[in-house]
Amino acid sequence: MTQHPPVRTYLLVAAVLAVITAVEVSLFYVTVMARFLAPLLIVLSAAKFSLVVMFFMHLRSDHRAFTGLFVGPLAIAIAIILALMALFGAFVVARP
Amino acid sequence: MTRGVWGWITTVDHKRIGILYGVTAFVFLLVGGFEAALIRLQLARPDGAVVSAGTYNELFTMHGTTMVFLAVMPLNAAFFNYIVPLMLGARDVAFPRLNALSYWIFLFGSLFLNASFFVNAAPNAGWFGYANLTAKQFSPGANIDFWVISLQLLGVSSLIAGFNFIVTILNMRAPGMTFMRMPVFVWMTLVTQFLIVLAFPVITVGLILLLFDRFFGTNFYNPGAGGNPLLWQHLFWLFGHPEVYILILPAMGIVSEVLPTFARKPLFGYPVVVYSGMLIGLFGFGVWSHHMFTVGLGAVVDSAFAVGTMLIGIPTGVKIFNWIATLWGGRIRLTTALWFALGFIAMFLMGGLSGIMHASPPVDMQQQDSYFVVAHLHYVLVGGSLFGIFAGLYYWWPKMTGRMLSERAGRWNFWLMFVGFNVTFFPMHFLGLLGMPRRIYTYAGGLGWDLWNLVSTVGVFILALGILVFIGNAVASLRSAAPAPADPWDGRTLEWAVSSPPPEYNFRNIPTVHHRDELWALKAGRAPVEAAPPPPREIHLPPPSFYPIVVAAGVVLAATGALTHLALVVAGALVVVFGAYRWAFEYRSSLGGGLRPPSDASPRGLRGQSPRSSGPR
Amino acid sequence: MTTPHEAVIGSTGLDHRKMGVWAFLGSECMFFGSLIATYLVYKGRSLSGPTPHEILNIPLTSISTFVLLMSSLLMVLALAAVQRGDALGARLWLFGTPFFGMIFLGFQVYEFATFVREGLTLQVNLFGASFFVLTGFHGAHVSVGVVWLLTLWTLALRNRLTRADALIVEIAGLYWHFVDIVWIVIFTLVYLIQ
Repeated sequence: MTQHPPVRTYLLVAAVLAVITAVEVSLFYVTVMARFLAPLLIVLSAAKFSLVVMFFMHLRSDHRAFTGLFVGPLAIAIAIILALMALFGAFVVARP
Repeated sequence: MTRGVWGWITTVDHKRIGILYGVTAFVFLLVGGFEAALIRLQLARPDGAVVSAGTYNELFTMHGTTMVFLAVMPLNAAFFNYIVPLMLGARDVAFPRLNALSYWIFLFGSLFLNASFFVNAAPNAGWFGYANLTAKQFSPGANIDFWVISLQLLGVSSLIAGFNFIVTILNMRAPGMTFMRMPVFVWMTLVTQFLIVLAFPVITVGLILLLFDRFFGTNFYNPGAGGNPLLWQHLFWLFGHPEVYILILPAMGIVSEVLPTFARKPLFGYPVVVYSGMLIGLFGFGVWSHHMFTVGLGAVVDSAFAVGTMLIGIPTGVKIFNWIATLWGGRIRLTTALWFALGFIAMFLMGGLSGIMHASPPVDMQQQDSYFVVAHLHYVLVGGSLFGIFAGLYYWWPKMTGRMLSERAGRWNFWLMFVGFNVTFFPMHFLGLLGMPRRIYTYAGGLGWDLWNLVSTVGVFILALGILVFIGNAVASLRSAAPAPADPWDGRTLEWAVSSPPPEYNFRNIPTVHHRDELWALKAGRAPVEAAPPPPREIHLPPPSFYPIVVAAGVVLAATGALTHLALVVAGALVVVFGAYRWAFEYRSSLGGGLRPPSDASPRGLRGQSPRSSGPR
Repeated sequence: MTTPHEAVIGSTGLDHRKMGVWAFLGSECMFFGSLIATYLVYKGRSLSGPTPHEILNIPLTSISTFVLLMSSLLMVLALAAVQRGDALGARLWLFGTPFFGMIFLGFQVYEFATFVREGLTLQVNLFGASFFVLTGFHGAHVSVGVVWLLTLWTLALRNRLTRADALIVEIAGLYWHFVDIVWIVIFTLVYLIQ
């Protein structure tokens, strides 16, 4: 069985997750950031997502077969979300 | 092996489950064929009065749904189940009880779907159920409810099997069987299972949204409230296009086994065939809107999907070249299995060509919803999938039953099916180009459609005769005294190394593999001759279990409740939870105090055998 | 299929069930991906009724999000405890994780009830329909996880969970973390990006 990280690592990751969440919620309320809100939040959430997957779900140190089994479908799912959004006009910029 | 009906009900043996799938699916092939025959009788003459318009709608809906989900997919599953573990050198699949569960949910789901006939509410909005015809407002009866719920049940069955076979193929290969030494049928099965676990969730969601619209008053597909019926089409075809590859890839795998065996030559370009299969699977997710060229997606979108669709023709064509190259220079033995494989190549090629024609949006504008599409889809699904399945039936029948099928009857079987199939479906190209629309219960005379419709109907009866010949061949074979040898065809793959039918444990010793086409290498003396290890003193197999059928029954009970009374939904859910818990703890000691494997003296072991890993050790 | 709950190592050197669960989670990405796509496609397209801006309660949901995130921490602590044979730790964390899960569900129930009272229902508009279906199915997944973990907890209570069971705890953990990361996505796309 692969070596598991010490408890300290888990606590650290949990702390980072909490901090990122706090930052996200704060950003929500800071209206001056409004135009950049969506991309910023997406990046921050992607960071949280990756931390949980890599550390709590141990994907970082496990056999890469597991990574393939998960990341492949994840990529297809994201592609489908973006494709459907595009097909339904989510990315059309309105003419002034 | 447990005897009698109880033995079949509690079986977790992949070979028995394969037979259960095969027999059940064949029955539904006949049901779907009967529905098709009624359709063709109705259309034989203009102004047909064989069935009403309402019944006609039910017929083409049920014919499509039955053939896709109750016939072709489970016929493929019969081969996945019976043959794949043998080809891998394994004793069973990774999760034998889940395997049984897949079958029972499939069976109960199929019965549930067909029960709709008995309450005069068979699904009637096409196998693709376009919104918002399927809304409660326009389909107030239970027809669509039956359809939605049945598809969810069948989807669950397929998904569970998908996870099972993915793990089996990745993780239960015999020692030395690297991925590039796996038989192509196993490869195509693997790609198919990935397609299943990726595509079925999408239609699950589409059906959930439809269910909520119909049962709970949401408006996902209701344009009056801002909903968009196109969302259904996208979700359906995001599933639907991978689904057609789910239907064809196994047949391509079968053909890739049959051709080399009867050309007595290895498959030409094995890696290319494998990679092509993977590419077809992957690209299959990128072309779904070619089913929607006529909804007004716009030129940019249409072009993108057109290009993607044409690109998929490349790996498909590559495979055909490889198959032909396999035959070229081979010492051909024209068995029935090979005839069906040859028929597959020719018919699938024709279906592929009409498909490439559809890939052009302006051409598709003319062909959409016409009989030209009906011709295309039947060339690929019948000429392709079904012929491939029949090739597999003739090829693996000796292995599965221990008997030979008559080659003479097999010739009649093939030629009747081949001629009947072409007489039925080739004229539909003309009908489509002459403007005949699909899914309409009748047509007026004098439009130039009369002759070809009549010809097509005659063809159906020739095709049916061919199927009858098969049934006769099969029955005679099972009754005949002549047992089949282990290796009647001079096979290349591991299933031919064991008796026909195989012993319950498949292999006395799990083989070690050094080559692709390992058996040819062994027989030609090219494989290292290892001192045969002594056979194991005992071989432990997964014991039979009652809980798969219990859980399946609970699922279907809940489904029935969805159409009748909430109490049944609750009851069904409770049965599922009960069954799942008993299943999860089935092998744990009931006396507490940690783990203890059931002993051979355990009263629970119906075969008196304790469970053991069924993987290679 | 095996002597109970011991690892079944296959050709890849990996356990069958762990491989099966990862394949399952990949499939679930497609399931939740389709639900999320539906929500995003209909975002801003409701013809009437309460809008996200009017009805979503960010402070409240931030708390429930934090609770669910922390439950993932408790889950890895539970696994670590089982792996080193720490029976007391196993019992503590295998209760703590579903307990936090139940707190999350409590917040969800309260939120749903409040929204309905304030006029957001499944039927009233597309936002209501897509919101409740997406978060409802997520909540159903959390509920299944809670039941699963509480079952493992009762095993631990009865001293029937040993080091050899680390794998089944790990698998329950994978499912639980997945449900958590789906919520991370939902919290951002539904609540924070309006």
